[in-house]
Amino acid sequence: MKTSEPLTEKEITPEFVEKERKRRNLRESLTGYAMISPWLIGFFGLIIGPMIYSFILSFTDYDMLSAPQWTGFSNYVELFTNDPRFIQSLQATFTFVVIAIPLKLAFSLFLALLFNTGRKGSGIFTTIYYVPSIIGGSVAISVVWRQMFGRDGAVNTMLDAWGLDTISFFGNSSAAMSILIILIVWQFGAPMIIFLAGLRQIPDDLYEAASVDGAGMIRKFIKVTIPMLTPIIFFNLVMETINGFMTFTQAFLITGGGPRDSTLFYAVYLYEVAFEFLNMGYASAMAWILLVIIGAFTLLIFKSSTFWVHYD
Amino acid sequence: MNRRTTLSDVIYYIFVIAFSFLMLYPILWMFGTSFKPETEVFSNAASLIPMDWDWLNYPEGWDGFGGVGFDVFFRNSLFVTGSVVIGSLLSCSIVAYGFARINFRFRKLLFACLISTVLLPIQIILVPQYLLFEQLNWVNTFYPLIVPHFLGGTPFFIFLLIQFIRGIPRELDEAAIIDGCSRFGVFWRIVLPMLKPALVTVAIFAFMWSWDDFLTPLIYLNSVEIQTVSLGLRNFMDAEAGTSWGPLLAMSSLSLLPQFILFLFFQRYLVEGIATTGIK
Repeated sequence: MKTSEPLTEKEITPEFVEKERKRRNLRESLTGYAMISPWLIGFFGLIIGPMIYSFILSFTDYDMLSAPQWTGFSNYVELFTNDPRFIQSLQATFTFVVIAIPLKLAFSLFLALLFNTGRKGSGIFTTIYYVPSIIGGSVAISVVWRQMFGRDGAVNTMLDAWGLDTISFFGNSSAAMSILIILIVWQFGAPMIIFLAGLRQIPDDLYEAASVDGAGMIRKFIKVTIPMLTPIIFFNLVMETINGFMTFTQAFLITGGGPRDSTLFYAVYLYEVAFEFLNMGYASAMAWILLVIIGAFTLLIFKSSTFWVHYD
Repeated sequence: MNRRTTLSDVIYYIFVIAFSFLMLYPILWMFGTSFKPETEVFSNAASLIPMDWDWLNYPEGWDGFGGVGFDVFFRNSLFVTGSVVIGSLLSCSIVAYGFARINFRFRKLLFACLISTVLLPIQIILVPQYLLFEQLNWVNTFYPLIVPHFLGGTPFFIFLLIQFIRGIPRELDEAAIIDGCSRFGVFWRIVLPMLKPALVTVAIFAFMWSWDDFLTPLIYLNSVEIQTVSLGLRNFMDAEAGTSWGPLLAMSSLSLLPQFILFLFFQRYLVEGIATTGIK
């Protein structure tokens, strides 16, 4: 139907209006789909499709040389009953996340509070503290960590100069874990900036009201600052926990998972299984377990949030 | 709060400055040591300033290993990162406009899908994506690093841009449409220019992440001639096996240079970007 010709009054019937409305809606819908099509192709082709395929693969044996062999639940059974390295990788990752993430958030919150006291120069210092967040995941920083914590590296030289015992950072399980934790905590700048933005959102009249009620500094902090900040603490906790579970580059390059698999993080083991042992079925099962773990952790934080996150 | 007590100010500044030094120490140490001669890397390990300056670490490192120099790695990284930035800007902005302004069927459902992928761990799709790209014969090419970004590969960018577009008054779109402008016309001529600050943020983060990316090149780029700086640096580290730290740290410093330059010029966008959206 041509719309460019003027319509006579007789032609504008309710049916015509309805039809025209539908036609417009359809065209609008098509334009919408055309516009989101890049994402739509990526979503189905690169995420949903591969996820379904990976779910199927997780029930098979597949080494990329011969066709996948259906083995039922045996990958999952094997992982939990007959793979000490898998259990070790879970332990290492949990230890890492449970120590590093709360420490990182504590640092970021503490410094955000410090910078929120309105003293001069806080802009420059926040910028400086933010730098490690930008480059902390790079290969270059992993190179630096390897040398600095090496046997004759900068840190041991300092320990020696101060008359302390040197530490074999790469030969000792807890020392190796510690340097990875230090590297993650060092990158507290990003959550710190998010906290600072949150602190600046807290309306002054809340503090004034608390003052009128006779609240002191500490009381104001507990009764106003912390409750008002809980949504942001929650947000940072979710983001950092998920990222913590996926830590790969640093462990892969600095400790290589060692010594004796003590820093064999989940992502490192998954990479080994998939791309060094070419055990794609087994790796797919591991990927799905990771999704379940991260999902469960996120759900736990979400569920618990009703008790401690304060929304206005 | 404590305008009266100067003592607390003094403690504050001492702490904050000392802590800055601690924060920057690894970075300063890297730059400093990149100028140390090999013997001094260990004999003078902790110091930030070399006793003897050895400028030759840079040309020596630049030559790389196995006949492939860092000029190749830098060229590859610039190409990949440049493509990723362009792809992210184009695809994410148009997708964001579609989601923010057009009422198509299943929009709510698809938006929920988009949000749910923001936090999806990359490890889940690593293996199947690899198998897919292997089928397409894309392993050992740049495609696996670039193509996903032309298909809205970073949902967080789309989300960020949607939020920004929602802040632009709808009346502008409607007026242009009444004037006979098409939806694409509105997007291209009206919304895109107004999105500039958000696009700068997207471009910077896309650059930083792509430049830093190690896992994807590790999986897909096997031949030395097509490796990026991050992967080349790692192989350089393995090839030197801890024998020539000077050139290795020189190249480490150089590899961070683009990010530092970007940070210096655009730190306002970066800081505001994280503060408003929470991206890292």
